[in-house]
Amino acid sequence: MVENVRHRPMPTLLSVFLIGVPVTLILILVGLSDGLINDSKRRANGVGADVIVRPPNSNIMSFSGSTIPEQLVPKLAAYPHVVMATGTVNQSAGGLFETVTGIDYASFEKMSGGFDFVEGHGFRAPDDLIVDRYYADQKRWHAGTRVRLINRDWNLVGVVQPGKLSHIFVEIGVLQELYGASHMLSVVYLKVDDERNIKPLIARLNQTLNGYPVFSMKDFISLTSVNNVPALNTFISVIIGIAVLIAFAVVCLSMYMAVLQRTREIGILKAIGASKSFVLRTILAEAFLMGVGGTVLGILLSFGSRWVLQKFVPSSLPQAIVVGWWARAGLIALGAALLGALYPGLSAARQDPIKSLSYD
Amino acid sequence: MIEPIISIRGLRKIFRVGQVNVEALRGVDLDVPVGEFLSVVGPSGSGKSTLFHIVGALTPPTSGTVHIAGKDLSSLSDSDRTKLRQTTVGFVFQKFNLLPTLTAHGNIAIARSLAGGSVNRTAADETEFAKILDLLGISHRLHHKPNALSGGEQQRVALARALVNKPAILLADEPTGNLDSKNSDAVLHLLRDVNRRLGQTILMITHNPEAAAFGDRTVLMRDGQIAE
Repeated sequence: MVENVRHRPMPTLLSVFLIGVPVTLILILVGLSDGLINDSKRRANGVGADVIVRPPNSNIMSFSGSTIPEQLVPKLAAYPHVVMATGTVNQSAGGLFETVTGIDYASFEKMSGGFDFVEGHGFRAPDDLIVDRYYADQKRWHAGTRVRLINRDWNLVGVVQPGKLSHIFVEIGVLQELYGASHMLSVVYLKVDDERNIKPLIARLNQTLNGYPVFSMKDFISLTSVNNVPALNTFISVIIGIAVLIAFAVVCLSMYMAVLQRTREIGILKAIGASKSFVLRTILAEAFLMGVGGTVLGILLSFGSRWVLQKFVPSSLPQAIVVGWWARAGLIALGAALLGALYPGLSAARQDPIKSLSYD
Repeated sequence: MIEPIISIRGLRKIFRVGQVNVEALRGVDLDVPVGEFLSVVGPSGSGKSTLFHIVGALTPPTSGTVHIAGKDLSSLSDSDRTKLRQTTVGFVFQKFNLLPTLTAHGNIAIARSLAGGSVNRTAADETEFAKILDLLGISHRLHHKPNALSGGEQQRVALARALVNKPAILLADEPTGNLDSKNSDAVLHLLRDVNRRLGQTILMITHNPEAAAFGDRTVLMRDGQIAE
């Protein structure tokens, strides 16, 4: 069987490649989902808050839109055990997964423990902009330059270490003005004096704030998962379905061609006593080898794609290597490959040895 | 009287070609005693290849009986016929029919492994097979693939493959049809040697009278019947 593979290296390599591509597709998709979720968890953690108050009717994974009145912040800050409150505004920056966050610099810095500047400094003027290192690398931006974002020019005054809420920061008032939502917020973060007071505070907020979802940051971060991103699981399932179809079709076609090419050899095998199951097993074993090859190639290609994404879009598309999915993607590829080889295998097993031997 | 190793009675084979029935064999009776080298000659379409295929358990008869080493082929299932091909019948074809992806050794080994590997083989069997390889003169060519072997060498490998499982009968279909006269002569001498030294029963189909003369007996087929 290995000899058969060696005997026709090009079709085999092509099949392995074509099985490897959908495996890569699955691994990249899962890796991106995981990478984006982990990135957003890490950044949420970096805020340093204990409690998060979100707008009424908001989805757990959606941050855009500003519907919380700013007056709520001092009211929330006045609650017992709340030591600090700060509101932020999130607006899409237009790019893929790019969000600009408006912050009240002083209170945000206080709550998060302050930015760690790689270049430059904090806000000094209304059109100042701060980005994290990932975003700066991706855009090849440096502090002290004039940059264009959401249809206006900004002074990029600082590049900070990543992991604090967002990749892009501007003054909250400027962003509110820009989107015509003065004095409105997307999220309010609260810091509590003692961890033990978080639960009672949430209970109290739930009673008094009508319709505002309130979470502890811990719960909120744990809710940030693939399962809570609308339609992501369905999307992954669709991609897996497509991957199975491609691997199935590729192996079916490749093995069908191989069986046709080897009609005479199958006749020889049957003449010297190969049973139907032997012929079928030989074909399936070859497909299995292709499936294994495709899986290994797919895994290697997913490392390649991570390298490319890290190099060119580290901020927008952080791709994780999800080792737990290697076996799953492999089983999907192998299952599809074996299924694809079944029809050619059965037709080979059923071949009449006399007709096969007279085939030229 | 010793029971013949091949015993054929009233053998008929009808093929359906499109809308027409073609009667390839029309009542063949034939006995081949153990250790005989029988040549079957006849013009194209006389039914000798069909006889070869039925005796080799490659296709079932339409009617009649065929006994090979005591087994009635007409009552065998497809998988029983496969088993018979593994152990009881050895084939040598006109086009050699070696697997191109395997070496000469691989071609012989796969036939052995299909028949159950080397489980039931004694040291004496191995020695005997080594002698056959020497007799065939291919011991030094075993690690070459068919495309590196001459036609004569390929046919000798095919002969070794046919003999590796010590079959009750060796079926040879035009074994010299693709060889020049020198190699034809060598292969025919080998067949006769194998027959004489090992007592191997051989049924050889040929249209060449000179080749047929290497056998102990020759039967002529015409129009799906034994003519003489």
